[in-house]
Amino acid sequence: MPDPRPRTLRALPVEGLDALLQALRRRGYRTVGPTLRDGAIVYDEITSAADLPAGWTDVQDGGTYRLARRGDGAYFGYAVGPHSWKRFLFPAATRLWRARRAGDAFAVETGQEEPPRYAFVGVRACELHAIAVQDRVFLQGPHVDATYRARREQAFIIAVNCGQAGGTCFCVSMKTGPRAAAGFDLALTEILEGGRHEFIVETGTERGADVLRDVPHWGPPADAPDAIDRTVARAAAQMGRTMDTADIKELLYRNLGHPRWDHVAARCLTCANCTMVCPTCFCSSVEDTTDLTGEHAERWRRWDSCFTMDFSYIHGGNVRNSAKSRYRQWMTHKLATWIDQFGTSGCVGCGRCITWCPVGIDITEEVRAIRESETATVRQDSRPKEQGDA
Amino acid sequence: MTMPGAGRRAPGTARENARAARRPALAVWKFASCDGCQLSLLSCEDELLALTGRVDIAYFLEASRAAVGGPYDVSLVEGSITTAHDAERIKRVRRASRFLVTIGACATAGGIQALRNFKNVKDFLQAVYAKPEYIDTLAASTPISAHVKVDFELQGCPINKAQLLEVLSAYLAGRPPGIRNHSVCVECKRRGTVCVMVAQGTPCLGPVTHAGCEAICPAYRRGCYGCYGPMESPNTASLSGRWRYLGVPEAAIARAYRTVNTNAEAFRKAAEALEARGAGGAGEAGPGGGESRAG
Repeated sequence: MPDPRPRTLRALPVEGLDALLQALRRRGYRTVGPTLRDGAIVYDEITSAADLPAGWTDVQDGGTYRLARRGDGAYFGYAVGPHSWKRFLFPAATRLWRARRAGDAFAVETGQEEPPRYAFVGVRACELHAIAVQDRVFLQGPHVDATYRARREQAFIIAVNCGQAGGTCFCVSMKTGPRAAAGFDLALTEILEGGRHEFIVETGTERGADVLRDVPHWGPPADAPDAIDRTVARAAAQMGRTMDTADIKELLYRNLGHPRWDHVAARCLTCANCTMVCPTCFCSSVEDTTDLTGEHAERWRRWDSCFTMDFSYIHGGNVRNSAKSRYRQWMTHKLATWIDQFGTSGCVGCGRCITWCPVGIDITEEVRAIRESETATVRQDSRPKEQGDA
Repeated sequence: MTMPGAGRRAPGTARENARAARRPALAVWKFASCDGCQLSLLSCEDELLALTGRVDIAYFLEASRAAVGGPYDVSLVEGSITTAHDAERIKRVRRASRFLVTIGACATAGGIQALRNFKNVKDFLQAVYAKPEYIDTLAASTPISAHVKVDFELQGCPINKAQLLEVLSAYLAGRPPGIRNHSVCVECKRRGTVCVMVAQGTPCLGPVTHAGCEAICPAYRRGCYGCYGPMESPNTASLSGRWRYLGVPEAAIARAYRTVNTNAEAFRKAAEALEARGAGGAGEAGPGGGESRAG
């Protein structure tokens, strides 16, 4: 992990963004960042600042995502898209090893290739928290995941403080944003006020300061701290969603038999999209395969989900046959049992599960429905309020 | 599931001897179908030599007229049952086969020809054939499993040749095949495809469709056509509700389910519910069917 060091603020002209990318590429990093593809802002390799979606934003709501023109030249004027950094740190499919038959035994060959050195450009505050959540899962337990560690330890992180929130964002509720507090090498704030367009860059590590030395920059503008505050305050005021997290663990534990689970199960497709786009969901399956000759075997790890039947299959059958039990498992793990397991929430408020659910199931709405039914019950001192579809 | 495969034989030299002495006999059978699935076997160009090294291709008329009599260790069965003659023939195939695998939408669900199941087949005969009296066919097209016990069903129209090789490799190793029954969405997300329904508003059957094609259509910005049939726990009522919200007319939603897997239970019921709704006006598509949350 990078060493923390006292933070310093510097000014970076917009032309400096490309110089920053080139400085990283000269150091051998594969620069990955937001770019336009197939009607969305995805994370992919970018070779220059021209690959960034300047002037574009996104319009997000439950089950819908559309690109739109901003009317200015903002490089980071949008919220998070369908991809997360998970796909680079914890790849969707990894060959763990391969083996060849050798007489009556078999010889294991290394199956993994040397991981790329990534520089992530444009990591949002909620995403820094998501990476920290996966660090706890993959690095800080009794079993360290070698695949994740090899990618994570080398990764150079350029965070971006959000100046624009999306329609399904709720990082303010989850206390994970919109300002990047820790876990970056450099953090950018894009200042767009009147005719002014520049970046304020904050160094988070010595490694970050070293890269910055290769990039033209100068002393911070006089209003630097205030300009950052104004920018993130604008995003904080734009949150498309909110979630009341008070007592949320006990709230869900008290309501495992709530009729709302039937209501959401009627809509849930059990398609697993929410878990695939979630930046903290870490479940995978390990599958062995052999070829036709019977001379070679391989072990693969692939993203899996608590929404698939095979994932909770044990001897004799599946322990979560109904959509209701699978949705409840996912949501209570994310918001409640995760706290027992890892000491933090599994939700960072990025809103991806809401946007990318094909039928727009909204985790904030599900929590609200359960919470409001309790207060309604107390208030009316009678039956739970009828669960209508908001 | 258990795969009573050749790999169960004694290990080491004895196993090698056993393999050399007698390779498992493979047969490929055609019923009512287009031949596309058995063609997938011939399309395994890079693996065909390895395959013939491990099995005796004893009966495969699309590849060779040299037919060896049974019994067969593995039978791959393509096509549905549409005639009284085939209803008898599949029983003989079953008796001659130790392990019977159905391949494709016709063999596993009845195929596109099962559209007849929901109409009067005599009307088709009159409309299509100059001399309908020459045609001897059953009123319904049915999957192989409606007639005999099936040991493994491989879905798809056509099947994925990599999945076919996986089923055969698993059989030879005596292990269960790694064929997953979850949605196409998982394949889209693993390959990083942007969801066409969420980002374009394109109606897509991916959330209710069985994986296996590697999510080809969404990768080309098309919605999924459901070629691989229903996934393990399809919620067609909810998906139909979303299509309705996207502006697809009721009859068109029903037609989307009525393609090559029209006779697969989940898709058949989805289409019937939609058609009943269409006919009865404000009928019910099922739980959640009419209430997809507006974006």
